Amino acid sequence: MSSTNETKITKDPAGNKLHVTRDFNAPLPDVWEAWTDSSLLDQWWAPKPWRAETKSMDFKVGGLWLYSMIGPQGERSYCRVDFQAIETEKSISSVAAFCDEDGNLTDDFPKMYWKSTFAATATGTSVLVEIAFDSEADLEKIVQMGFKEGFTMALGNLDEILAQ
Amino acid sequence: MRRDVFQAIADPTRRAILTLLTLQAMTPNALAENFDSSRQAVSKHIQILTECGLIKQTQTGREIYYNLDTPKMKEIDAWLEPFRKLWEDRFNQLDDLFINLKNKKNEQH
Repeated sequence: MSSTNETKITKDPAGNKLHVTRDFNAPLPDVWEAWTDSSLLDQWWAPKPWRAETKSMDFKVGGLWLYSMIGPQGERSYCRVDFQAIETEKSISSVAAFCDEDGNLTDDFPKMYWKSTFAATATGTSVLVEIAFDSEADLEKIVQMGFKEGFTMALGNLDEILAQ
Repeated sequence: MRRDVFQAIADPTRRAILTLLTLQAMTPNALAENFDSSRQAVSKHIQILTECGLIKQTQTGREIYYNLDTPKMKEIDAWLEPFRKLWEDRFNQLDDLFINLKNKKNEQH
């Protein structure tokens, strides 16, 4: 069974913010768990062929999720997510940044300010992710990275098809 | 100097000009009236937008009107496309996870 729910991405008129919206055919408590339980996050957070691996997770205000994304060639990049505000089954505000394996920030990548909002719908749950940046230049940098990642993914998917 | 769509949208005044032009074609004077900055500053922004290929001018009688060059604007959407793909892949995996969780729950009953 594949979902027909559409992922919508729009750029805020202010220029330094992206809005990502998506509906899920699952009840709100399940969606909340998938976003906040690291053993579940590890199963979906990294887009294939990457995988996510949690090093530590402390889901509370002031707490931190430290994880790495592992690429098909075993390349690994670490990210940290600092939780700033949590409203159970409603919203999570956090700051995400790239870092080393001990969580020390690497300065050359822009920080992202996330706010994920969850709401029950007639058929499941809708999620809105707002991703804000300090500047439009930072947004550009991240989207370009997304491009790189998207391109790498496309190549990975091609590998899979060719291997069949 | 680099002139591309991303440079064009990197400035708030230029974004505002683009927003105004989505509604209608406008003369340089009409555009400038929307901003506190000097007419020269606004026309500099118009010049950059033109050089980036996002807007073009048409002459109607004695007036010059600026309007959006829509194919170029689509490049900005194309630019977001891989980002959308990333999120789509991620969310499709989450859909699969929910199906797995549901199946597990059913097995337990």
